[in-house]
Amino acid sequence: MTTVFGVPLPAILGQLMLGLVNGSFYALLSLGLAVIFGLLGVVNFAHGAFYMLGAFAAYVGLESLGINYWWALLLAPLAVGLFGILIERLLLRHLYQVDPVYGLLLTFGIALIAEGVMRSQFGASGKSYPVPPLLQGGLNLGFMVLPVYRAWVIVASIAVCAVTWFLIERTRLGARLRAATENAKLVQAFGINVPVLVMCTYGAGVALAALAGVLAAPVVQVSPLMGSSLVIVVFAVVVIGGMGSIIGAIVSGLVLGLIEGLTKVIYPEASNVVVFVIMAIVLIWRPAGLFGKEQ
Amino acid sequence: MRAQVAVYVVLAALALIAPFLGLYPVFLMKLLCFAMFACAFNLLLGFTKMLSFGHAAYFGAAAYVTGWLVTAQGWNTLEGILGGVAVSMLLGLVIGAIAVRRQGIYFAMITLALAQVVFFICLQAEFTGGENGLQGIPRGSLLGFIKLGSDRTMYYFVLTVFVAVYALIVRIVHSPFGQVLKAIRANEPRAVSLGYKVDRYKLMAFVLSASLSGLAGSLKALVLGFATLSDVSQGNSGEVILMTLLGGSGTFLGPVIGANVVVTLQEYLSDLVGAWVSVIIGAIFVVCVLLFRRGFVGEVLRRFERRGG
Repeated sequence: MTTVFGVPLPAILGQLMLGLVNGSFYALLSLGLAVIFGLLGVVNFAHGAFYMLGAFAAYVGLESLGINYWWALLLAPLAVGLFGILIERLLLRHLYQVDPVYGLLLTFGIALIAEGVMRSQFGASGKSYPVPPLLQGGLNLGFMVLPVYRAWVIVASIAVCAVTWFLIERTRLGARLRAATENAKLVQAFGINVPVLVMCTYGAGVALAALAGVLAAPVVQVSPLMGSSLVIVVFAVVVIGGMGSIIGAIVSGLVLGLIEGLTKVIYPEASNVVVFVIMAIVLIWRPAGLFGKEQ
Repeated sequence: MRAQVAVYVVLAALALIAPFLGLYPVFLMKLLCFAMFACAFNLLLGFTKMLSFGHAAYFGAAAYVTGWLVTAQGWNTLEGILGGVAVSMLLGLVIGAIAVRRQGIYFAMITLALAQVVFFICLQAEFTGGENGLQGIPRGSLLGFIKLGSDRTMYYFVLTVFVAVYALIVRIVHSPFGQVLKAIRANEPRAVSLGYKVDRYKLMAFVLSASLSGLAGSLKALVLGFATLSDVSQGNSGEVILMTLLGGSGTFLGPVIGANVVVTLQEYLSDLVGAWVSVIIGAIFVVCVLLFRRGFVGEVLRRFERRGG
C-alpha cells in the first residue's frame, strides 16, 4: 500500500476530505463575517451562535414539525436570518456611531444568551440529525470511498460561496453594497436606502451562518456549544484572509480546513492550534492578512 | 477629593472586618482575586483602550503553573506564586508582541485566538490534569512560619496582595509612563508623532496587565485549592471584560465593584437557575453596552463632575 509520512494514502485522503468539509464550513462562516464586517464594521461574535441556531432549527423542524432536510436548507436560514434582522434593528443599530469594539461585545452577549437558552431547553449533550436518504451511502473511487453527504457539503458550500462572490462583485446590488462600504454617506445622498441595505446585509450574513449550520447538522453533533469554539477559529481564518476581503475569506477558509486535516495525519496533537499558529505567522509577516490591503 | 477619601476609608474598614461579619472567607477571597484580575485587565482596557479578549490565558496559566509547582514540584507558596507570575509574564510578552501590531477589533480577535492556543495546550498537556484539572493544591506557608491553611490568615494575605496591586496600578497610571498610555488612548497617531515608541509602551502595558492577571490566577488556585479548564476558557475572558465594563472601565474602583457584582451573581444564581446564568450574564452584557458604557462608577463620577462644573 502507498504510504506518505508512514501513513497509508487512503487515510490521508480521508483526513484531507474531512478537512475540506470543515474548510467548507469555515469558508461559509468567514464569508458572512467578512460581508458583515465590510459594511457594518461589526465583528459578529454571535456568528457561531447563529450557526448553532441554524442546526437546531433543522433539528427541531425535523423532530416536531416533520420538515425534511431540503426544506430545512431553505427555511432555517430564512428564520435565523429574520432573527438576525430583528437584532440589527433593535440592538446593533444603536452602536454604529461608537467604537467598533462595542459591537463585538454586544454580539458576544447575544451569543451567551442564545447558547444559554438553548442549553436550558435541550441540555448540553449533542443530538444527531440523520443524513437525508438521497445523500446516504458512499462512492467508491477505487483508491478511497467518498461518503456522498460529505461530497455534497463541499460542492454546495463552494457553490454558495461562488454565488455570493458573484452577487457582491459582479451585480448592481453588489456594486451598491461595495460603494456603501467605501462611503455610506455619499451613497445615501445618491438616493440609496443605506439603513435597509445594512439590515439586509446583516440578515444575509446571518443566514449564511445558519445555512452552514444546517449543512453541518448531519455530520456533527447538534449541540448548544457547537458554535462557540468554531467562531474563534473562523475569526482566525478571517484575520489570515484579511478582514473584509470576500475572496480572502473563501480561499483561506478552504485552505485552512485542508491544512488542519493534514495536521491531523502528521501531528494530531497540533490540529486544534494549527490555524492559530498560522495566524500568528501571517500577522508577523503580513499584518493586513494575505488578501487584505494595507491601510 | 474628600468624598473619595471617605469612600476608600469605608471600603478599607469593610475589607478588614469582613471575615468577622459572618461572610464566608473563601468567597471573600474569591471576590478579591477576581477584583484583582479585573483591575489588571482595566490597566489595558481602561487606561490604554486595548480590548484583550484572551486574558483568561494569563490568569489560568498562572493558576495551573502555581498549582503544579507547589503540588508536584514541592516548591513553597511564594516560589509557586512567583513561578506562575513569571509564566504569565512570558506569555504576555510573546502574545503581546504579536497582538500590538494591530489595533481595535483586530487586537481583540488576535488575543482571543492566541488565548485559545493556551487553552488547548492546557487541555492536552500532562501537568494540567486535562479535563479534571489540578485538585488539592496546598496553601502552604509564608516564609516558613505564617501558616496559610487557616481561612482568616489566608484572607489577610490575599487582602494585602490586593491592596499592593491596587496601589501599584494607581501608581502606574499616575506615573509618566501612565500618562503616555493615556495619550495613546486619546490619540495614537499624535502620540506617535510626538516621538513616543507607541508599540513599546503598549507591549509594556500588556505585559504588566498579563503579569498581574497571573498573580490573581495564582492566588485563586491557592485559595480554592484547584485550577481547572474554566480558568483558561474563553468564558472567563468574557467575564473579566464584563466586570470591568459594568463597574466602569478607566476608573480605579469600577473593576472592583464590577467583579464583586458578577462573582456574587454567579455564586448565588448558579444554584437557583442553572444554565440561565449565562443568559443573565449575556443580558447584562447587552444592557451594559447599549445603555451605560461608562459603567457604575463612570456614571457616578460624571454626575459629580456635572454638579461641580
